[in-house]
Amino acid sequence: MPNFNDILVLLPEFYLVAAACLLLLLDAFMKPEQRGLLHWLSIAVLLVAVYLVVAGQPDGTATAFNGMFVRDRVAEILKVFALLCTVLVFVYARPYLADRKLFVGEFYTLAIFAVIGIMLLVSAGNLVTVYLGLELLTLSSYALVALNRDSPLSSEAAIKYFVLGALASGMLLYGMSMVYGATGTLSLAQLHGAAAHSAMPNLLLFGLIFMIIGIGFKLGVAPFHMWIPDVYQGAPTAVTVFIGSAPKLAAFGMAYRLLESGLGDLAQHWQLMLAVLAVLSLAIGNLVAIVQSNLKRLLAYSTISHMGYLLLGLVNAGPEGYAAAMFYAISYALMSTAAFGVILALARAGFECEEIDDFKGLNQRSPWMAFLMLLAMFSLAGVPPLFGFFAKLLVLQAAIDANMLWLAIVGAVFAIIGLYYYLRVVKVMYFDKPQDGVRLEVQQDVSLRWMLSLNALLLLVLGLCWGPLLGWCRAAFGLVSA
Amino acid sequence: MFNHLLSLLIWLPVVGAVPVLLAGSARPNLARWLALLMAVLTFVVSLFLLPQFNAADSAMQLTESHMWIASLGVHYGLAVDGISIALILLTTFVGILVIVGAWEVIQDKPHQYMAAMLVLEGLMIGVFCATDALLFYVFFEAMLIPMFILIGIWGGPRRVYATLKFFIYTFLGSIFMLIGLIYLYLKAGTFDLHTLAALPLTMQEQSWLFFAFLIAFAVKVPMVPVHTWLPDAHVEAPTGGSVVLAAVMLKIGGYGFLRFSLPIVPDASEHFAWLVIALSLVAVVYIGYVALVQEDMKKLVAYSSVAHMGFVTLGIFIAFMLVRGAGDVDMAKLGMQGAMVQMISHGFVSGAMFTCIGVMYDRLHTRSIKDYGGVINVMPWFGFFYVLFAMANSGLPGTSGFVGEFMVVLASFKANPWIALFAAFTLIIGAAYTLWMVKRVLWGDITNPHVREMKEINGREAFVLIAFAAAVLALGIWPQPLIHLMDASVSQLVQQLAVHKI
Repeated sequence: MPNFNDILVLLPEFYLVAAACLLLLLDAFMKPEQRGLLHWLSIAVLLVAVYLVVAGQPDGTATAFNGMFVRDRVAEILKVFALLCTVLVFVYARPYLADRKLFVGEFYTLAIFAVIGIMLLVSAGNLVTVYLGLELLTLSSYALVALNRDSPLSSEAAIKYFVLGALASGMLLYGMSMVYGATGTLSLAQLHGAAAHSAMPNLLLFGLIFMIIGIGFKLGVAPFHMWIPDVYQGAPTAVTVFIGSAPKLAAFGMAYRLLESGLGDLAQHWQLMLAVLAVLSLAIGNLVAIVQSNLKRLLAYSTISHMGYLLLGLVNAGPEGYAAAMFYAISYALMSTAAFGVILALARAGFECEEIDDFKGLNQRSPWMAFLMLLAMFSLAGVPPLFGFFAKLLVLQAAIDANMLWLAIVGAVFAIIGLYYYLRVVKVMYFDKPQDGVRLEVQQDVSLRWMLSLNALLLLVLGLCWGPLLGWCRAAFGLVSA
Repeated sequence: MFNHLLSLLIWLPVVGAVPVLLAGSARPNLARWLALLMAVLTFVVSLFLLPQFNAADSAMQLTESHMWIASLGVHYGLAVDGISIALILLTTFVGILVIVGAWEVIQDKPHQYMAAMLVLEGLMIGVFCATDALLFYVFFEAMLIPMFILIGIWGGPRRVYATLKFFIYTFLGSIFMLIGLIYLYLKAGTFDLHTLAALPLTMQEQSWLFFAFLIAFAVKVPMVPVHTWLPDAHVEAPTGGSVVLAAVMLKIGGYGFLRFSLPIVPDASEHFAWLVIALSLVAVVYIGYVALVQEDMKKLVAYSSVAHMGFVTLGIFIAFMLVRGAGDVDMAKLGMQGAMVQMISHGFVSGAMFTCIGVMYDRLHTRSIKDYGGVINVMPWFGFFYVLFAMANSGLPGTSGFVGEFMVVLASFKANPWIALFAAFTLIIGAAYTLWMVKRVLWGDITNPHVREMKEINGREAFVLIAFAAAVLALGIWPQPLIHLMDASVSQLVQQLAVHKI
């Protein structure tokens, strides 16, 4: 029987579930023209959740339900950023959805349920919790991708996502069952002790490989990346911006929980596997992105390469590396929301503004939007003094620290190759003449404009003072400042 | 005592760019005047460095250090020595001239142009002040962004190709330096350059690091064979962009060698000095010949920049042969000083040459030598300046171009007469390509009827040219103040060369 303390530990999650259900109910009784209220209520719900996460954070680690659920600093940071990213997504999405008659309550409820999945996932203390959180997140995401039911592209993307996602979940579950068979426990904490002297090390390794496949799919690293480009392109941009941000934090959290909290003893095995995945992702992501003409698809391939960089941090398999990888995940989530945010700010009914050529001459039409996109692009490319550079610096450092200098050099080489396609976007915005017949106008929505400006400028501000955030990330992994 | 002078110097133009941008395209004149105000203010502030700086002391001065990233122990560390001050003054001086030079030339979005220039100026000053390797790297890379925009928006017909090439080339060079710096950080636990200079390193480590640094700075200088971005960038850049590129940005490569390669990996630098010297000589001789056949004036001056920068790298690395080979510290110092003077002088001369070409381009909209001829007949005052700068470019005594080259040649003669022989080739080739261009552009009959319509330089252009001319002559006739300013720092550097780190 769960006691009151358990419930207190899970308070933010319980609260969100209740709030999401209420929002759904409210939506059913709401007139369509009152949906604005729902929009702001959803944002308020998320902000209250941020408060609950931060305010209720215990010193050190608290567990609930016999260790099924862990509430520690790592989970706190990931939850806060996942919630904040979702707030950004809601603000950016509204005009886009309204223009396309997709401004419906389901979007908000599904996204909030996905966030609950994220929160469970990053707090998982047991293989079952991992699976539970993951399924809640992905099932909500499938539905979100198919939000625009009339669009064949969206439906195709959703089906593709669903089929591949189900396959990956199966793999993960299969791996978990083997790990259970080899160790006799599902608890990550017990697994940590049991994995080192398992009676069946080969079975355990086999399970590990399947679990890595599951993680790889969630992160979207090559060769498990097939779904990313289609889903990014096919989903309504308002959904893409969500899929491209908060779930990346969850994927990092999941990798951390499974690999470190659970199978940390097998680090020498998974380090090399992750290194291979990293190299493949960097190569495929960066090389294929070069030839894209659709910006959403380009950003999809860029995601693949960025997740490769994130793996560079995980490969380190030490607190420094995890801190670097978490820093990377946070920076990527912010950069990705900024980049997609600009697309959303320029899209309007009947004009998706997702081809790179649509951005031609943006600097003449709207210098401010062009500047925000420039910040996002240079940050993604990893040019100082923007945020993305420091994230890259840290993961490269983590790789070198793990005696994988070669991996860092591979990362550096692909950073150069990757630079090209980000520069191409800047080139199109600044150096080309505007196309005839393309209406490049910025959405009038004030909250969108302000939040987007804040989001993109944050990339510059955090680039100049990234110390506190890094200190926070490092403290979460028990590293004290020098 | 106000001890944030360096921060002020860096951030004044960067932050000053914001009001310039806000002035917007609707009020171009306001943007121009604001930009000029910021540039002049920065120059004035940089002059305050001189009385506060003790040239007799070789230590880094005007130090500022704040914790930047506590968890990594990275500092926001700034300080200057004589060499940095000279380069900072060059930067702020040129900063004013490019703003004035672009005044009515840039009609398309002048506020963005001016703002980019100011940001660029601030970042370049930052490079010269940084005493923390990470901070240096941040400035070093960040300045690519405004330059990328400058060439890309206001450049010539092939500007997109040129600016992408410029950006990717430089990024390619520096990212390997970043790996090297991270390696050093993991070993030393700090990015502080002073500590890194004292860090013992094996020969193998030093060699790898040497090449990591070499590729970064060789691209920037640029040295043969990674110079190919420069002619493209110069040709396509707007006049102001070319001036900044040639006058200041190339110097950052030479400066990088002094701050990184020499103190951190001295033994590898000695070991591979022959390579750098050989590449420098190739630049001096071969690129000199390449310059000779150019049809495009900007390209010609761009190649001549590569040749002249060859002297800088030659002067820096010849010091190794002298100190460690012959034990001749005085000569080594002479070579190093020559390299420094050459950097400053080339800043003025190349800046002036590009300004001259810009002046002609604004009138005739062509840079091709064959389109000109007899310009002196319609623009006598312009001809006067053009000839003066051409003389300086070919190293005529009495101009600044002579001083540095002479010192470097002298030092290399002591090291090895053959090196001096090849280096001295520049006196012939440099004179040949520059004067031949002058002959074809200024003298002779007017063959192109459009030349007849060219107007004499106006007051604004005259101001820029006079400022450059004054600097070129002052440095040529009386280089002593500059040499004195850098003397202690150069001595210190040369003494460091003798210390083995293995």
